[in-house]
Amino acid sequence: MKPGPELPAVNRVTRHAVLGDLEPLREVTIWFEDRAVKAREGEPILSALIASGVGILRYTKNGSPRRMFCGIGRCTDCVMSVDGVPGVRTCVTAVRDGMRVERQEGVGRWAGEDGRDGA
Amino acid sequence: MERDTRPAVVVGAGPAGLCAAIELKRAGAPVLLMDENAKPGGQLFKQIHKFFGSQEHRAGVRGIEIGKDLLRESLDLGIDVRLDTEVVGLDPNLKVWAVEGRRRSYTLDASRVILATGATENAVPFPGWTLPGVMTAGCAQTLINVHRVLPGKRILMVGSGNVGVIVAYQLIQAGAEVAAVIEAAPALGGYGVHTAKVRRAGVPMLVRTTIVRAEGNEGVERAVISEVDGKFKPLAGTERTLDVDTICLAVGLTPSIELASLAGCRTFFVPELGGHMPLHDEFMRSSVPAVYVVGDIAGVEEASTAMEEGRLAGIHAAFSMGYLDSGEMERRTADTRRRLRALRQGVFGAKRFTAKERILAEKEKECP
Repeated sequence: MKPGPELPAVNRVTRHAVLGDLEPLREVTIWFEDRAVKAREGEPILSALIASGVGILRYTKNGSPRRMFCGIGRCTDCVMSVDGVPGVRTCVTAVRDGMRVERQEGVGRWAGEDGRDGA
Repeated sequence: MERDTRPAVVVGAGPAGLCAAIELKRAGAPVLLMDENAKPGGQLFKQIHKFFGSQEHRAGVRGIEIGKDLLRESLDLGIDVRLDTEVVGLDPNLKVWAVEGRRRSYTLDASRVILATGATENAVPFPGWTLPGVMTAGCAQTLINVHRVLPGKRILMVGSGNVGVIVAYQLIQAGAEVAAVIEAAPALGGYGVHTAKVRRAGVPMLVRTTIVRAEGNEGVERAVISEVDGKFKPLAGTERTLDVDTICLAVGLTPSIELASLAGCRTFFVPELGGHMPLHDEFMRSSVPAVYVVGDIAGVEEASTAMEEGRLAGIHAAFSMGYLDSGEMERRTADTRRRLRALRQGVFGAKRFTAKERILAEKEKECP
């Protein structure tokens, strides 16, 4: 599959009256399906995706869209398939360079379960 | 008295847990501080507003600064802080089961366990509440203040307690527009200072108003709100539609009591402090004598009270393990109790004080 264009960060809070300007951090690249997303080192997958304007993180088995709810690892609304492992809580899992993040349907599938390699 | 050399285990490195661990370590007692997150501090680093109370409660200081100070103190003392470590089990004999990095599992025998597990935000279901764009206020607060990401552009805040008004204001500070703060009760719930800031920013504050449904295809596009009668039932003909892409829920918190229940701590229902919570005495001891409960798990209050409760338990645990004599324990806890009492005054504080007194009385009655 040919990669699509990079998803730019559109929702970053770069200036802040109390917290000051956003300090530069090393950038890592993760893949949201076929789109590259630039993330800040150490941040959770969730915030990198929301920063890049991703609106839907998964679908239930009935095809209903989900994004996030609690943001601190309690509710599992934001789970996605990460490097072939489904059901990963993206709000408490830090980005890693080259990480592949995909939307899952229902409980998702483990890499290889359907004969593919999960990539 | 012989000293107990098995460690005290503190679960949760938020304000309550950090203070408990600091007091134990200061007394020379062995202590392990465990937290499931990659960073300590709990919710303190999301609190970019200034705290209340008197000078000695660090009033006027932002939560984020208090958090930095506590971390520095715990580092200086050399406390063994185990991050990415989730405590998943605890039995009445104080065997602690931990999972590190979601990979390595181990157990250890604790001499005391201090549970500082906090609270979980409540949800309120309504048609459309599963749509992308509906989230807890804490979720939005984490994104804007910790990760510096704006989850939406135009926001409806449901709930006018301190969390609702503080997060509404912080969303504005982060660059969002808040369409309204709605409150089902007849009066706004938050401290006047916080509420006034939101009002001055031009945000409509609507009381006796509830959310009826969220509408949209792949995410929130509109919120339908309505006025309610005295029994919180929507009043026909009062529905209004707001164009928003985000609905934040600030409808209270519930103590996270799972580990306390596993350990066999007796619970008690206190609606004004968030629901079911473990009984505890004035030293924060639960019905299982070597298990202490501090902070939001022992009744949802504030970071300032959580810190004092953590100190009380830490001092008392160090005493019961043989690291402080009774005179020193009394002296150290007397200061803490005086500060705690001062924090539970005023219109809001008095209600919490009365509720806490009920917990102590029930503990005395049930397990003297």
